[in-house]
Amino acid sequence: MSIDLPIQLSYLVVALLFILGLKAMSSPVTARRGILWAGVGMVIATLVTFATPHMGNFGYMIVALVLGAALAAWLGRIVKMTDMPQMVAVYNGMGGGAAAAIAAVEFAKATAAASAGGALAAGAATAASAGAAVGAAGAGEGLGLAATILALLGSLIGAVAFAGSIVAFLKLQGLMKKAHRLPSQNFFVILFLAAALGLGGWIVATSLPGALGLQGWMLLAFYAVALVLGVMVTTPIGGADMPVVISLLNAFTGLAVGLEGFVLKNPALIIAGIVVGASGTLLTQLMAKAMNRKIGKIIFAPITGEALAGEAIKGTMKEASAVDVASMMRYAEKVIIVPGYGMAVAGAQHKVWELTKLLQEAGVTVKFAIHPVAGRMPGHMNVLLAEAGVPYDLIFDLEEINEEFAQADVALVIGANDVVNPSARTDKSSPIYGMPILNADHARNVICNKRGKGTGYSGIENALFYGENTRMLYGSAQAAIAEVIAGVKTML
Amino acid sequence: MVDFIYIYVFMLAAFTGYEVISRVPVILHTPLMSGSNFVHGVVLVGAMVALGAADPKDPLQIGIGVVAVFLGAANAAGGFVVTERMLSMFKSGAKKEAAK
Repeated sequence: MSIDLPIQLSYLVVALLFILGLKAMSSPVTARRGILWAGVGMVIATLVTFATPHMGNFGYMIVALVLGAALAAWLGRIVKMTDMPQMVAVYNGMGGGAAAAIAAVEFAKATAAASAGGALAAGAATAASAGAAVGAAGAGEGLGLAATILALLGSLIGAVAFAGSIVAFLKLQGLMKKAHRLPSQNFFVILFLAAALGLGGWIVATSLPGALGLQGWMLLAFYAVALVLGVMVTTPIGGADMPVVISLLNAFTGLAVGLEGFVLKNPALIIAGIVVGASGTLLTQLMAKAMNRKIGKIIFAPITGEALAGEAIKGTMKEASAVDVASMMRYAEKVIIVPGYGMAVAGAQHKVWELTKLLQEAGVTVKFAIHPVAGRMPGHMNVLLAEAGVPYDLIFDLEEINEEFAQADVALVIGANDVVNPSARTDKSSPIYGMPILNADHARNVICNKRGKGTGYSGIENALFYGENTRMLYGSAQAAIAEVIAGVKTML
Repeated sequence: MVDFIYIYVFMLAAFTGYEVISRVPVILHTPLMSGSNFVHGVVLVGAMVALGAADPKDPLQIGIGVVAVFLGAANAAGGFVVTERMLSMFKSGAKKEAAK
């Protein structure tokens, strides 16, 4: 216990640093400090763990640690800001995988103990938890009942988060294009979930006194079912629902980590995991609310290709030249820019900021309106604009700015689509009906930049493009805005 | 058996998580998701403990343990790098003017 106390105290400090760090991230002013505190916490936690009593295998440990950290840090450095969501999905999946693997190691120890039939091996299985008093466990009882249940739950959730995150990555990276849906998908999801729980129950039963003992194939089947379940749940989800799913999987991983923390009796894991599980759940709810979608509906009744009907939209799209757009914006009093992910993909955010500065010099008030789900994650667009140098006090949320569109002379929509689609307010048959949108159509003039005439990422027709006061500015965002900038410059 | 005190830890941690994030503005949601993603990278600690107590003569235990440490380390390191990168870009207009 005397060696143990400094470790426990360090973990306490670590937990405090994590919580304070997350709290500091609640304001843009202190956010940077927050991640640094949490980073210090992680370094302390890692270093202190090396001093845990009865540890071995340091060679393997250091190699795996250095390789994993170096590879991920390198990827994190080079990833483009637009690809950030899939990167977060990958790291999240790794965390979930690690949680599932921890349980697998513990089970492997338990099975080894069972086959050895010795109390000695069973004791070794629990030596992982420093100071745990299970040394006298008999053959076949490596982990104990409660720990077995928690380890299985953590494994199930971790494996689902792992497989689901990989699928989310493949989708966001564009390697998996369509949202596939099995016939009677929900039935199979429930079947697999039942299979996982059933297998889990069986494994728990084997750890009871007098039972035959844990068999390796049961665990293998359990993990296989859990992984398939993760793939099945995530595969049919597409388009705009993706950010909610990543957030949900993030919460899942947190929970899985927390549960494995119980198995290992490690307070740092428990606190950090559960805090993330709870905050991730709340974040997921906030996101789903912003889209007016129920979390259950996203998973069990995702928007799919066939459902994309909606009413046919009457009217035609009217085109405007870059010079027209330039003069509209130059002589406006107030311009609201609605950026979408399309702008970021085209890499036009720097051009948009250049245009903003020009207009500001000409005395035009320019604001940015961001929908909660603009980009691939909530807040993603803010990151992309920040990267281009746009100060965050020019950027406004849906609730802050929606009333202002009526007073705006020009609303410039760049690469955004569903989040400004008035069908969400009016057309009950539209798949996005009821989703809160930015009221860009209330502005006196609406300019929509679009590459061509097709539907957007989610495949839903946009009524805004056919509006009376809407003009289409065709062309890739970067080239089109560059032309507008050239136009504005001649009018200064 | 799991000590009962851990149930309290669970409950308090859950409330803490809920409270800590409930005041976060939308503009920070992505860095926050990424930041909380980094925090659960502490799974690395669990992976190290699991591998540290694995039987060196059992390749299965060592193999899975190494995978766990690798994944945990990647979660932590990657999560930190991307979150820090994102947050270092947030600047206010007022600060910018002052910097000039």
